[in-house]
Amino acid sequence: MNSKSVAEENLVDAPIDRRAFLLCALASGAALGAGGLAAPAAAVPLASGVESRSDTQFTFEARFYEKLANRKIRCKLCPRECIVGDKERGYCGVRENRDGVYYTLVHSRVCAAHIDPIEKKPLFHYLPGTTAFSIATAGCNVNCKFCQNWDISQSRPEEIPAEYISPHQAASVALQYNCPTIAYTYSEPVVFAEYLMDTADAGHTAGVRSIVVSNGYMQHDSLVEAYGKMDAVKIDLKAFTESYYTKVVTGQLKPVLETLVTLRKMGKWTEIVYLVVPTLNDDDVEFRGLAQWVKTNLGPDVPLHFTQFHPEYLLKNLPITPVPTLERAKAIADAEGLHYVYIGNVPGHPAQNTYCPQCRKMLVERVGFTASQMLIRKDSTCPFCRHKIPGIWHA
Amino acid sequence: MTDFRSQGRRNFLAQCLAGAVAFGAGSVLCAEPEHATPGAKSTVAVARDPTLRGTGTVIDPRRMEALLDRAMQALFGGGRLAAASPENTIAVWRRIAGPDDTVSMKVNTLGGRGISTHVDLVAAVCDRLQRVGVHPANIIVWDRDTEEMDRAGFRFATGGDRVQCYGTDRVGYQDELSAWGSVGSRLSRILTRSSTVLINLPVLKDHDGAGVTIALKNMYGAIHNPNKYHPNGCDPYVADLNMLPEIRSRMKLVICDATTAMYEGGPGFKPEHSWKANSLLVSQDPVALDYTGWQMIERKRAEMGLKTLEGEQRAPHYIATAADGEHRLGRCDPSRIAVVEV
Repeated sequence: MNSKSVAEENLVDAPIDRRAFLLCALASGAALGAGGLAAPAAAVPLASGVESRSDTQFTFEARFYEKLANRKIRCKLCPRECIVGDKERGYCGVRENRDGVYYTLVHSRVCAAHIDPIEKKPLFHYLPGTTAFSIATAGCNVNCKFCQNWDISQSRPEEIPAEYISPHQAASVALQYNCPTIAYTYSEPVVFAEYLMDTADAGHTAGVRSIVVSNGYMQHDSLVEAYGKMDAVKIDLKAFTESYYTKVVTGQLKPVLETLVTLRKMGKWTEIVYLVVPTLNDDDVEFRGLAQWVKTNLGPDVPLHFTQFHPEYLLKNLPITPVPTLERAKAIADAEGLHYVYIGNVPGHPAQNTYCPQCRKMLVERVGFTASQMLIRKDSTCPFCRHKIPGIWHA
Repeated sequence: MTDFRSQGRRNFLAQCLAGAVAFGAGSVLCAEPEHATPGAKSTVAVARDPTLRGTGTVIDPRRMEALLDRAMQALFGGGRLAAASPENTIAVWRRIAGPDDTVSMKVNTLGGRGISTHVDLVAAVCDRLQRVGVHPANIIVWDRDTEEMDRAGFRFATGGDRVQCYGTDRVGYQDELSAWGSVGSRLSRILTRSSTVLINLPVLKDHDGAGVTIALKNMYGAIHNPNKYHPNGCDPYVADLNMLPEIRSRMKLVICDATTAMYEGGPGFKPEHSWKANSLLVSQDPVALDYTGWQMIERKRAEMGLKTLEGEQRAPHYIATAADGEHRLGRCDPSRIAVVEV
């Protein structure tokens, strides 16, 4: 960021202490499903510790918007292009028009913080076996009916507990806990783009890389500027039909595909996750169309993860994705010529491992979110046949 | 006139009248057309007082009370204006709530002092509820945010034998989702845990996305994720939200504060686009009330030389959706709405 809030200028960017980190982790635990966000109605206390802090420390003028007449603004962050009147917020719920100036309300306002295996993101071809200091703020620019983290992604920032973690503090924690990366994840990092960018800069200065787990629903310019600072990207491609994006995601497919192509042109290491939802996006034609599109537009070496759906949020009426459905999706994508097709959320499934597409030997073995064996050489080649295995395998 | 700082007179009245108040008050919201008498109309009372502010700019609380009483008499008097005697006042309010009820009053304070539910109106309603035996501590004036309420003149108040006044930010939202149609939201705990009766007290104003925001859309202030429901002119989200049983089963009355209204530039307050309508709209049918309020805004727009909302491609289609066969929240056919002007 070019400009700091007054509050941030007055704050010392001290490394986050253990207590603050634990508080944050506890807060995120609550936000991620433990419940108990507020006290009983009868008591009428403040709903959370956040409320006692001044909101100004989280409030920065947003990037990526333009001013319109009558104190309105047009957000240029995502394809939704919300036109937001004075005192209103955009669809994401974390950016607000105040007197014709658009503000992000979630800079450094971290509602979830954990140290995760990088395989949990999942990124399988990026520093396997390492951990990522993973952070999120409230908010999302879509509303997926299957969202696993809806209680933070679909909430406004003032509704959930959060802690102040400045970009420098985030970088310090990552170093302190031997995480080579900071991951922006859980909710939707598009909506906290300013914080992501500042934290990536702070991390790079400290020698910590940045990765992002995103829906990719962004405008071209904000994508290039924000994710240009990322070292790797995982995109959730929710389906391969516009109708699914309209009905289930409340977004659009086309801009996400454009994002993937742009990331490819930018040379960003990118992996794709496709959550297979029974009856909604599990058709053979759709799997085939997806695989063909990936091969044609991104190449055969982009990892594609077919992951298992679990009933959650507004889609509790559907069953868990049967493993044979995931295996069918993988078989179709394999047949179309993709080299690295994985099955996710199915612990112990052999399709969680990485195999050399040339000699078929197993190169990375995974058990759950742990890389239990990693044989790829320093020069990113197969130790058995010297075939080049795309990815960033060593720090 | 009572307010949120002194409750003495109301408490006195409540004590005097408690013994005389009947149980079981509260009629079924007539926004349930399939249960209504075939061919019956929904009534919307529109009470006006051009002298509401006397010769100045500040509303006279006593005139506000009188205006409210006239509106309620018109609504429940079958179109005939009965004398606003204390007995008649009690009789009409008994149809809304009784001593066993906890009444939550959802105000609208988003627009600050310029275009929020007026404190004097709310105080008058509190007064009348206590006259029919509702304990002051069982009356909760609320919106989504305590600070916004404070900016609109509502002072934070909890505990004791007084009217409670605070935002959802103080108690949070339900952990569980409530879902209907396109809507899946966590509702304010004030609504779900602390009230048997909901009185909806919106304002009358233009909305840049929805067309107008009156009674139905005021419920956006009762959920944790209103930002998700603004696409497509809020249609069908407004209608779907009002279908949530927690809202639908409790909403017994709508009192729309149109003392100051906005015909353009909403929802934020734009004094240049507001007018002193000096009116209250009262109904038990939120759809009919919204339709009537929308027409008032259209008339004002025409008077000011502005296009219709349809002409601006932001007509509030959600009102018709709320009345359709799937929702049946009320009536928006003008031939089925009896507007009683007093």
